[in-house]
Amino acid sequence: MPMWIEWTIATKFLHEGKVQSTLILVGIAVGVAVIVFLTALITGLQSNIINRTLGTQAHIKVQPTEERNRILPPATGSVQLVLEDKRAQRLRSINNWQQVRDVLDTLPRVTAVSPVISGPAFARRGEALQSVVLVGIDAPRYLRIIPIQNDIVAGVFRIAAGDAVIGKQLATDLGLRAGDKLRLDGGQQRESVVNVAGIFELGVRELDARYVYLEMKQVQSLLNLPGAATIIDVTVDDIFDAQTVATRITRLTGLKAESWMETNAQLMNALRSQSLSTQMISAFVALSVALGIASVLSVSVVQRTREIGILRAMGTTRQQMLRVFLVQGALFGLAGSLLGGLAGYGLVGAFNTFGPKLFYIPVSPWLLVAAAGLAMVTGIISAAVPARRAASLDPVEAIRHV
Amino acid sequence: MSEHDASQEVLRLQGLRKSYNVGKPTEVEVLHGLDLRLQRRDFTALVGASGSGKSTLLNLIGLLDRPTAGELFLLAEPTRSMDDARRTAVRGSAIGFVFQFHHLIQAFTTLENVLMPLMVATGKPMREQIDRGRSLLAQVGLDGLEQRKPDQLSGGQQQRVAVARALVTHPALLLADEPTGNLDSKSATEVFQLFRNFNREFGCAVLLVTHDSRMSDQCDRTITLVDGNIESDEARG
Repeated sequence: MPMWIEWTIATKFLHEGKVQSTLILVGIAVGVAVIVFLTALITGLQSNIINRTLGTQAHIKVQPTEERNRILPPATGSVQLVLEDKRAQRLRSINNWQQVRDVLDTLPRVTAVSPVISGPAFARRGEALQSVVLVGIDAPRYLRIIPIQNDIVAGVFRIAAGDAVIGKQLATDLGLRAGDKLRLDGGQQRESVVNVAGIFELGVRELDARYVYLEMKQVQSLLNLPGAATIIDVTVDDIFDAQTVATRITRLTGLKAESWMETNAQLMNALRSQSLSTQMISAFVALSVALGIASVLSVSVVQRTREIGILRAMGTTRQQMLRVFLVQGALFGLAGSLLGGLAGYGLVGAFNTFGPKLFYIPVSPWLLVAAAGLAMVTGIISAAVPARRAASLDPVEAIRHV
Repeated sequence: MSEHDASQEVLRLQGLRKSYNVGKPTEVEVLHGLDLRLQRRDFTALVGASGSGKSTLLNLIGLLDRPTAGELFLLAEPTRSMDDARRTAVRGSAIGFVFQFHHLIQAFTTLENVLMPLMVATGKPMREQIDRGRSLLAQVGLDGLEQRKPDQLSGGQQQRVAVARALVTHPALLLADEPTGNLDSKSATEVFQLFRNFNREFGCAVLLVTHDSRMSDQCDRTITLVDGNIESDEARG
C-alpha cells in the first residue's frame, strides 16, 4: 500500500493527541454542518422559487424584432434635425416560424419548442366584459412547456376547434362553468363563440384571470393574422443555460430571444445576492476551519519536533515527513466533514419536520460528498505550512529540542 | 581480515572540517581537518571534554550534518556530494543511532519502535522483519514487552529498545552518543554489554561517545578529541 508509513504515523499521532484531535474535529464538524445546512436551505429555497416562477412560463421567449422608424438620409450638404417618436408595435407574426421552429428543435440543450399566437381580446358573457389574452397553442408541444393539464380544476383540457380552456378567476368573473359558451371579441367585428372545455388554476392571478387557451387557427382568425405565430416558447435542459441558449438563438435566427433570467431580472438579482451572501458565509466559515486545522498542526509540529528529528535520523525522508502532516490535515478534513455533514443533514431533517413547512429542502447525498471532498482539500492546504516546517526541520536541531 | 582490506572499511574521514556561522563575523571552526578510519568490527570509544567537537563529529558521521570541507567516505562512498534524499537513504540503511535519551516515539509500541527504520524504508513490515524485531527485542532481554508503550518501560529498558531499533536494519556502523549517560550503573553495564555482543555477532562497527572512563576502557580503541583535533588514537590489547 502506498504511503502506508505516512498513514500509520499520522493516525498514531492523531490518536495520541486525542484531546487536540477531538477539539479540532468538533470545530470542523460545526463549520461543515453550518455550510451544509445553509447550502441545502438556500438551494432548496431558490429551486422552490424558481420552480414556481418557471412553472408558468417558458425558459426562453422568441419574438419578432421590434419595428423601427427608418429615416431617409438627408441630402448631401444639408443638416437634418429629427424628432422621432417610437413606433407603435403592432402584433406581428414571426416570419417563417415553421422553419424557425424546426431549427430550434434541432438545437442542443433545447428540450421543447412551442409556437404560440397570442394577442388581446375581450371575453363577453351577457353584459359582462373582461379583457383577456388569447393564447393559440399547438397543444402537444405547449404541454411540454407548461403542463396545464395537471392544473385543470373543472372539465377537461381539450384544445380543438371551438374549444377553449380558461382560467379559474376568469370563469368566476364571468360566472362560467365547464361546458358553457363564451363569446370572444378580437376587435373589428371578428367574433366567435367557443365552448369552455376546461378551467385551470395555475395559482398566478394574472394568468388565472386572463388566459384563454385556444387552437392556433382560431386565434389567428380572431386576431386577423392568418397562419401566424407571434411567440415561440422554448425550454432548455438546464435552466441556468437559458441565457446562453437565448443568445445563440438570436444569432441563428435574428429574432429577439429573451431568457427567463432577463424577464425576471429582479428575481434573478435577488437570488444571485442571496447565493453570494451564502457563499461568503461559507467561505469565511471554511477559512476559520482551515486556520483551526493549521494552528493545531503547527502546535503539533512544535510538540513533536524531537520525534520528527528521530524519524529523520532513522531514514525518514523530507517528503515522507511532509506527507505525514498533510495526511493529518486531510484526515481532519475528512472526518470533520463527515461528522459535520451528518449533523447538517440532521438539521435539514429537523427543519423539514419541525420548520415552517413553507417548502421542503431536498437532501442530496452529493452535497455530503462535495463537502467531504472540499474539506479534505482544505485540510491538506491548511496543513501545507506546518507540514513544510516539519519537513524542513534540521534533524540535528530537532533531536536536541526539548 | 587485514587492516588494509578496503571492503572492510566502514568509515574514512579525509581532512574533515566543520565551521559554524560560515561567512559571518562569528564564524568558528569546530573541527580542524580530521583524518580517521573505522574498520568493520571496530569497537571504538570517542572521548573528549565538553566542547571538544564530539557531538559535531558524530552528527557529521551520521549524515545529519554536512562538513564545511574535506570528505567523508561511508562504505567507501563519498558522501559530500550526495543530495538530501540519498543521504537520508544511506542514513536509514547503513547507520544505526542510539542517543543519550532513548528517543523512542510514544505513539508506537515497543515492537513498532524497533521496526520503525524498516517501515520508513519499505512500508508495512513483512513477516520475517517482524520476526527479526521480536528476536532483537528478545536479545536485549525484553521478550513479552513487545506491545508495551515506551512510557510503560523503565529507563534501562527504553534504552535497550533503542539499541534494538538501531540494529534492526543491520547497519554497518552503530553510532552511540553517551548511550548510558542517563542510566544507573547496572543498566549502563547491560546496555554496554549489548553493544559488545552485537559488535561480535553482526560485525558492525561501533563508535561510542562517552564521558565514562570505565566504558572507554573496555573498548578496543579510544580516540581522544581535544579542541577539534584528534589528540590520540590508541588501540588496546
